[in-house]
Amino acid sequence: MLEKIDGFAYILGDDINTDDIVPSHTLTMRDTHEMAKCTLEFIDPHFAKNIDQGNIIIAGENFGTGSSREEAVNVFKVLGIKAIIAKSFARIYFRNLINLGIPGITVNWNEKTFSKGDNLEISLKEGLIFNKTKSSKLEFEKLPKFLTKILEDGGILNQLKKNLEN
Amino acid sequence: MGYTIAEKILLDHSNLKEISPGQFIDCNIDFIMVHEQLGGRIHKEYEKLGIDYVWDPDKIFFILDHWVPAPTISAAQMHQDCRKFAEKYKFIHNFGYQLDKGICHQVLPEMGFSRPGMLIVGSDSHTTTYGAFNNLATGIGATDVSVVFATGKLWFRVPESFKIIMSGEFNKGVMSKDFILTLIGNISTKGAIYKSLEFHGQGAKTLSIDGRMTVSNMVVEAGAKFGIFLPDKKLETWLAKRTKEPYKLITPDKESVYEKILEYNLSEITPVVAKPSNPGNLARIEEVEGIEIDQAFLGRCSNGRMEDLQIAAKIIKGNSVDPKTRLIIIPASKEIYKEALQEGLIEIFINAGAAVGNSTCGPCIGGHLGVLGSEEICISSTNRNFKGRMGHPTSEVYLASPATVAYSALKGKISDPREVL
Repeated sequence: MLEKIDGFAYILGDDINTDDIVPSHTLTMRDTHEMAKCTLEFIDPHFAKNIDQGNIIIAGENFGTGSSREEAVNVFKVLGIKAIIAKSFARIYFRNLINLGIPGITVNWNEKTFSKGDNLEISLKEGLIFNKTKSSKLEFEKLPKFLTKILEDGGILNQLKKNLEN
Repeated sequence: MGYTIAEKILLDHSNLKEISPGQFIDCNIDFIMVHEQLGGRIHKEYEKLGIDYVWDPDKIFFILDHWVPAPTISAAQMHQDCRKFAEKYKFIHNFGYQLDKGICHQVLPEMGFSRPGMLIVGSDSHTTTYGAFNNLATGIGATDVSVVFATGKLWFRVPESFKIIMSGEFNKGVMSKDFILTLIGNISTKGAIYKSLEFHGQGAKTLSIDGRMTVSNMVVEAGAKFGIFLPDKKLETWLAKRTKEPYKLITPDKESVYEKILEYNLSEITPVVAKPSNPGNLARIEEVEGIEIDQAFLGRCSNGRMEDLQIAAKIIKGNSVDPKTRLIIIPASKEIYKEALQEGLIEIFINAGAAVGNSTCGPCIGGHLGVLGSEEICISSTNRNFKGRMGHPTSEVYLASPATVAYSALKGKISDPREVL
């Protein structure tokens, strides 16, 4: 996990909420893959289909505001999203991200920093995002060790399972 | 230096001698609430751990409330998964069959499980509601719930605190919903991310327990982790009727440190709404008066309590709902429903043309009992007005107090309740 993450940027705005990510009508679906097809459907109906073209989410302020529904992280995991970069995260959403083993990176950015489809390389260890398309670098505050340990263990349940076995 | 309420309670639940904001700590959990999420992701995640027990079946509260009674086959299946899990792990407080109980955040305190000094978590973001009872309570996701089920512990980042000093008293027609919407609008929906809000001052004491619950319920819409009221006689009187269990009243130390101090004179608060599609999109009632509505909804964990139903009944009594407007009223629990029946409120609502539903989250999440069609406009006492929240993605929701909702339903357009109160 602390090795480099390589992917393509998908840009979203401020205050993307959990109802945007997984609309309520999908919440009783038992099949997570079915649910994942509806990810962000009110914002971009083709999001789930075109995931290969944008598998690192770049968002504005307060990403994931709203419900505690962890489905709003899990659908991204199911779709293969590698990391989420945002100006700020809602509290429960950030916990859920780390707990499910997806890096959440908090950093300020503007329209010159990233464009849709930019090829990015993220180093959590160095606290650095390298935009290969634009040949630019952006530093971010590294995650505390307590959280990177959860990411390294592949999420908090894997960590707990390991502890329970020992 | 001294401790805030959040710091005191977190320290009390850790094995540490001192803590400070920003620190990551492990805490012992007193009580956990789960609802339909149990049949959503929790049961699937928990089974991955490969253990055949939960840490303490007596400290888990399980209730079905979001889709009750099940409106679809998929919801019914989800309920089945929930009940199977609750039985397999021998939950003591298992309300998976009693569909008449009500909404989790109302029923749990009514049963005396939310007491001062406790650390409570729940699989719902509005778990912050219990902060009205002078404790720490917050929402967590399915994986965190699994960790608590297995170990009784959870990691926390010690939050910085905001002190909200309230003075004065509301004028007629103004409710605690107007206060919390004003606060969220002022500091924005990201203004208190990860913070603990403490509500101080004589003004806070003028709020009923119902009104405090509305405030604590909605602190999460400003991003907050906790929304805590200081203890007083009103709280102790309320608790005396609900529980015989001991509890410890928590006040902050004199030298406690706050990141921000905000002051509000309640007599200066006026009726407001949150316009679509963000709870921080604040507008004074004068700015939106006259907007025609298709539906008015009074209910939910934010505002389906006696105080809310009483003021609505006062406005509605002897009148009729506008002929082109639908009014839906849902008490937050069976206890409230019964009390409203005894006081004659339900009859007033029915006679005016309202549809009164059984206690459930229902319309708030676009679940059932009042889903919105395309381009419909609803004024609602709920806590979220995100795009598509209550139904079709082109529908729009204005958040407002029960008084504003009730009066708007009579007029068929957004209206200022001070005209009739």
